[in-house]
Amino acid sequence: MSIDIDTAHRVAKLARIAVDEADLPALAQELSGILGFMEQLNEVDVTGVEPMTSVTPMRLKRRADVVTDGNIQAQILSNAPDAREGFFAVPKVVE
Amino acid sequence: MLDLAYTTPKPKVISGAQEDWELVIGMEIHAQVASNAKLFSGASTTFGAEPNANVSFVDAAMPGMLPVINEYCVAQAVRTGLALNAEIHLFSAFDRKNYFYPDLPQGYQISQLYHPIVGEGEVLVDMAPGIARLVRIERIHLEQDAGKSIHDMDPSMSFVDLNRTGVALMEIVSRPDIRGPEEAAAYVVKLRQILRYLGTCDGNMQNGNLRADVNVSVCRIGQYEKFAATGDFSHLGTRCEIKNMNSMRFIQQAIDYEARRQIALLEDGGTVLQETRLYDPDRGETRSMRSKEEAQDYRYFPCPDLLPLEIEQAWVDDIKASLPELPDAKKARFVLHYGMTEYDAAVLTAETENAAFFEAVAEGRDGKQAANWVINELFGRLNKQGLGIAESPVSAAQLGGVLDLIASDAISGKIAKDLFEILWTEGGNPAEIVEARGMRQVTDTGAIEAAVDEIIAANPAQVEKARANPKLAGWFVGQVIKATGGKANPAAVNALVAQKLGL
Repeated sequence: MSIDIDTAHRVAKLARIAVDEADLPALAQELSGILGFMEQLNEVDVTGVEPMTSVTPMRLKRRADVVTDGNIQAQILSNAPDAREGFFAVPKVVE
Repeated sequence: MLDLAYTTPKPKVISGAQEDWELVIGMEIHAQVASNAKLFSGASTTFGAEPNANVSFVDAAMPGMLPVINEYCVAQAVRTGLALNAEIHLFSAFDRKNYFYPDLPQGYQISQLYHPIVGEGEVLVDMAPGIARLVRIERIHLEQDAGKSIHDMDPSMSFVDLNRTGVALMEIVSRPDIRGPEEAAAYVVKLRQILRYLGTCDGNMQNGNLRADVNVSVCRIGQYEKFAATGDFSHLGTRCEIKNMNSMRFIQQAIDYEARRQIALLEDGGTVLQETRLYDPDRGETRSMRSKEEAQDYRYFPCPDLLPLEIEQAWVDDIKASLPELPDAKKARFVLHYGMTEYDAAVLTAETENAAFFEAVAEGRDGKQAANWVINELFGRLNKQGLGIAESPVSAAQLGGVLDLIASDAISGKIAKDLFEILWTEGGNPAEIVEARGMRQVTDTGAIEAAVDEIIAANPAQVEKARANPKLAGWFVGQVIKATGGKANPAAVNALVAQKLGL
């Protein structure tokens, strides 16, 4: 599978990464290279092998339905570029 | 389980300028899971907290924070699936749905696209007594809710509150089995009722705890049957999705508007574009959400922070054993056991608290009479004053006491209503009130006889008329009851009046 320039442009846009038009061909080629390398894995015969989701045989850890966190409004907002009256303030987004 | 027989309603037909059209509707219901803590963090789910108070570093997506699943939320989804007769998947997994929005700090929503926890089920949607549609459920998956953006607090800024971010949602996805606006609303009503019976979602639509996305398409008569026979969607029209509705009335209005919009477009030679639309209740119309058009690519992939969710059959069986009696079963039991109409049974079983109240009143008493009193007197009065059953000034024991007094002929039905009024406004023990205020009806024939004699003697002209036309005897009955302050037993008065007048 190869990534053309349009796809590279689209992926960048979806990821909200600004990419110069001039840089797109090189980026597309680089992404194609990565995918090409990964495609080598398809050569391995995995018939009858269950898909693996983790390298350690662990059960998904669960928590009890108990409130143990929160009430740290000041800390939550402390990194925000702008916060007012307990809210994050962001440039207007209207649907 | 007991089942009531039903027939399937006719699909809604809308006449366009040129021909008739049918509607095909599928729904996605987002139901907030009733839980103390969020799906993947220990922050509270309480509504109405200070902004950003119910937020942990996990919810705010601080780097390095990892989600840990709330097992109770999983149990709630399983419970819901079991109540919808659905397949429970012992293996499910979480995926990331990627998109950008200020109230989604992670930049993705953790959801279950590929392996939902609940598979195919069904809901019987009641339209009227004896008429219902079986709507198939495709799946239920667990996912995170997003935060809330407020746009009207500042002219140039949007304010973001993450309290809701990460709260567990069940997305309940139906098959396109719903055939009209009324059915769509009835489907939401029924699902909400089941969720409230289960305690898996409080169903509060005003707070947004139950929201619906509605997929609407229109087709020519006969096309739906072809789709139903083959499962081939090409027999149906192109659908539009109307997002995020939280009122039964708006759901109906939006579907009706959207169907007519599509019909007009098609009859004009146009085509319906598959798109996401919003309903504007002020204008009564749907409009395209342009922002969603480009960004429909969510680039789902398995969430690397979470192992698959594997649950045990024994755990599922335990949950199944703890399910309450569900609305359909309760309604059927009320009809068969108490001999009431399906309509009355539907009213009494709408909320589990109402049904419990009724059963407490009906216990050891006449079920039909109990149903009449609970529905007409109690519910009538509660509705008038905007009260719920929990706030009823009259308890089940008090109302039961009133019924006992009627059953033992101590009071007439008319006096019983006065007694109910006293209980409502003043409270007290019904039997004691009847004694203390002399409300007991007179069944003593001697006393009634004296009153009858007196009225007959005082009204010779009326006696002549009544003898000529026995229907007029009712006047004497009324006079006697009035003379005894409403306490004379009407049946005894009737018999005596007829006897004395020689009718």
